[in-house]
Amino acid sequence: MGGMRWLRVNLFGDWKTSLATLMVGLLFMYWLPQLLDWALFRARWLTNADACRLDGAGACWSVVAEKYRIILLGRYPQEEQWRPLIATCLMVGLLVASCLRACWRRGLIVAWVAVLTTFFILMYGDVAGLSKVETDRWGGLPLTILLASLSIPTAFPLALAIALGRRSNLPAIRSLCTIFVELVRGVPLISVLFMASFMFPLFMPPGLSIDVLIRVLAGISLFSAAYMAEVIRGGLQSIPRGQEEAAATLSLSYWQTQRLIVLPQALATVVPGLMNNFIAIFKDTSLVTIVSLYELTGALSLALNSDADWRPFKIEGYIFIALIYFTFCYAMSRYSLWVEREVNKGKAR
Amino acid sequence: MKSPPKKRWSWRSRTARGLIYQGLAVLLIGLLFWFLAHNTARNMTVRGIQSGFDFLAQTAGFDIGESLFAFDSEQPYWRAFLVGLVNTIRVAALGIILTTVIGTLIGIGRLARNLLVRSLCGAYVEFFRNVPILLQLLMWYLLFTEILPAADAAWRLNTWLGPVFLSKGGLNFPAPVATETGWEISLPIQGEFAVEHGGALTPEFLALLLGLTIYTAAFVAEVVRAGIQSVPRGQTEAASALGLSRAHSMRLILLPQALRVIIPPMTNQYLNLTKNSSLAVAIGYPDVVSIANTAINQSGRAVECIAIIMLIYLSTSLLTSVLMNWYNAKAAIRER
Amino acid sequence: MTDSIISFEKVNKWYGNNFHVLRDIDLTVDRGERIVICGPSGSGKSTLIRCINRLEEHQEGRLVVDGIELGEDVRAVDAVRKEVGMVFQQFNLFPHLTVMENLTLSPIWVGKVSKQEARERAMTQLERVRIAEQADKYPLQLSGGQQQRVAIARALCLKPKIMLFDEPTSALDPEMIKEVLDVMTELAAQGITMLCVTHEMGFAKAVADRVIFMDEGQIVEQAKPEEFFSNPQSPRSQDFLSKILGH
Repeated sequence: MGGMRWLRVNLFGDWKTSLATLMVGLLFMYWLPQLLDWALFRARWLTNADACRLDGAGACWSVVAEKYRIILLGRYPQEEQWRPLIATCLMVGLLVASCLRACWRRGLIVAWVAVLTTFFILMYGDVAGLSKVETDRWGGLPLTILLASLSIPTAFPLALAIALGRRSNLPAIRSLCTIFVELVRGVPLISVLFMASFMFPLFMPPGLSIDVLIRVLAGISLFSAAYMAEVIRGGLQSIPRGQEEAAATLSLSYWQTQRLIVLPQALATVVPGLMNNFIAIFKDTSLVTIVSLYELTGALSLALNSDADWRPFKIEGYIFIALIYFTFCYAMSRYSLWVEREVNKGKAR
Repeated sequence: MKSPPKKRWSWRSRTARGLIYQGLAVLLIGLLFWFLAHNTARNMTVRGIQSGFDFLAQTAGFDIGESLFAFDSEQPYWRAFLVGLVNTIRVAALGIILTTVIGTLIGIGRLARNLLVRSLCGAYVEFFRNVPILLQLLMWYLLFTEILPAADAAWRLNTWLGPVFLSKGGLNFPAPVATETGWEISLPIQGEFAVEHGGALTPEFLALLLGLTIYTAAFVAEVVRAGIQSVPRGQTEAASALGLSRAHSMRLILLPQALRVIIPPMTNQYLNLTKNSSLAVAIGYPDVVSIANTAINQSGRAVECIAIIMLIYLSTSLLTSVLMNWYNAKAAIRER
Repeated sequence: MTDSIISFEKVNKWYGNNFHVLRDIDLTVDRGERIVICGPSGSGKSTLIRCINRLEEHQEGRLVVDGIELGEDVRAVDAVRKEVGMVFQQFNLFPHLTVMENLTLSPIWVGKVSKQEARERAMTQLERVRIAEQADKYPLQLSGGQQQRVAIARALCLKPKIMLFDEPTSALDPEMIKEVLDVMTELAAQGITMLCVTHEMGFAKAVADRVIFMDEGQIVEQAKPEEFFSNPQSPRSQDFLSKILGH
């Protein structure tokens, strides 16, 4: 169908469609100019706070120009900010690579260990001539990415064990795993974070105190593991029983069957589901603001609450962060769709 | 007609191995719990924290911003929790209704023939799904507290029931109140400092409701869309071949089958909305998590308060699961 | 007296508490014997042979395979499975591994054989089923007949004493049935003990030493193929044969 004809059918195909087009068109013509005026034409981009307060000023994007360092990197010392930057890029690269089946070899585990170690060395310092930066100064985007990424290697083994446990023939193991999953999925993440914040210190032997970052990470990992376990279980269920029977006739043990036959097939199918899980966790890291860790969302409050000059322009700051989250999450969901298509291509070989 | 014989015991059997593994697992978990409980008890003695649920009868010592029934700082903790629970139910129930309506409309809109409508609905879904709910709540709250006029100069809208006012003080609308003479409608009026009388909804409640509804509606839209698309095209074709009108075919053939696919993930979204209402603590709406947070700070009983919150949410989830399973069993298409 | 390699004595099996799927099965199979089991669907034929390698468990009676009694003892089951190979109706090849990897998997991981030797063994079996040139392909790239032949080769790599076939050609398109039956016929001629559940009566006539007819969980009749097909004794066998040979 030619371009014009397609437009005509899709916008004016019948009287109902035409009416809808007209109404939407009118709404646009009313709201859009006002929005663009505020957001672009009358906006201030690189001015100081007073210029933004003038009558007739539009959106004050200068607040972003002025405060972007704190928003993106938290209270990390300015001269050392190249360190979280590199660390974040390495982590993102590793995550992208981990979704590709071509990268699933022994080397991948080595890569994870290497990148994670490098990440911590870069961020914390205190070795190789790098100055020390305590964890309470970590913030902004690197913290968001760290929490989300680190939750994967910690949650995944647990999730795998629980998924296998739920499919086990042994009733006690099956019940324990089911109880764990139902318990965690039934409560909001905030209560798990409260637990991490208030209760984990009580669980430790007296005298041993654990960094709040690690406690929060443990909470997020536990939470994520329950949802991941369900995704993996779905994948395990999709493998026909005949595969396990054939393995049995070839004298493979239970663990050999899982490792060589069931899991390689199941995990390939669940990568899209696991990615959706990761996107959800990435968004959920914003909740750690409530327990006083200043990742991306919290860093904005940090940047503006103490600065009376720029505080009226918080909404522009929020829009900036929303765009960052949107970019990351949208890109990840597109990537996940692409990976899913690649996996299906492989099946129909 | 013979029946199977009783099984006999063998140490080398799979059953024996299974029992040993299970015993080990239960033992390990039991040890872990004992270790944690032991540490907790010791830590609490060291820090002088008391334990037990008896604190619920003690005076709360704090006020609550809004509640459906009277509450002041002289009341006991358990009443405070009750207020929080009612507040949670209030916002969750209203949110579920609104999000179903909005989400269904947008879900259907994604399948519309009109390109503009389709794209707009698609953009809505993509945008609101990919921004964290906390951020959306904070933004709505900021909008409400910055953009709205002060309470002494509220925006006014005249409806056929009476005037409706919107301001930093919240939404005021005509509402029935109980008086000595029976029920009567109380109309809000613009007072010198604030809007008086009428039913009121605070800006915190409105921000939470709006944020939750709009966020969850994006997911509901996808659920509805997937449900409608899951009904094979052959069904509508067969329906029209039988001479059914579009409306009849939608009501008798499409919707019942689509609903079977829609209901389970839909209830999941309802649960998510309820769980997300716990973020009220970030914008100052006194839901049950918010109250628990204050209670922890006042009384120091972290373990008990967190346990209460988890119990409340777990009961909601389990109840919903049971209802869902019952519905699924009833509605399932009988197969061979 | 030829020694028996499989012996069923009053074997009974139930599914749940009500469905009596194997009733008082008495059967002896001699070493090197080739047996075809036939009967209407639901008669318990597949269940019977799946009991031999303990994919199904019997509740009553005695089942001895190659001198090992099958029961709750896991080590006995492991020992039996090393001697018994099985070919399934749905092939059950591992789709994420190549043909060669499918065949060498068990010898390497269970038989503790070196990779080199496993490969040589695999090639021998692939040549035996005439599919050596597909060694590096993935199962889904092959036709149904080719996949089933690979499945046969995979079972043979463990050098089993007994081969079980559970309706090996039922899932194949008609033009591919012959290539699989040819391979099975060659195998039969090489002295391996075979139990085959099938509807292919031509194969039974050509290859079987004995035909067993089952109905409703019981062995109704067993005889040499010539006798069974020309002169079935029981009315149930007559009924069955008339249905399947009729069209």
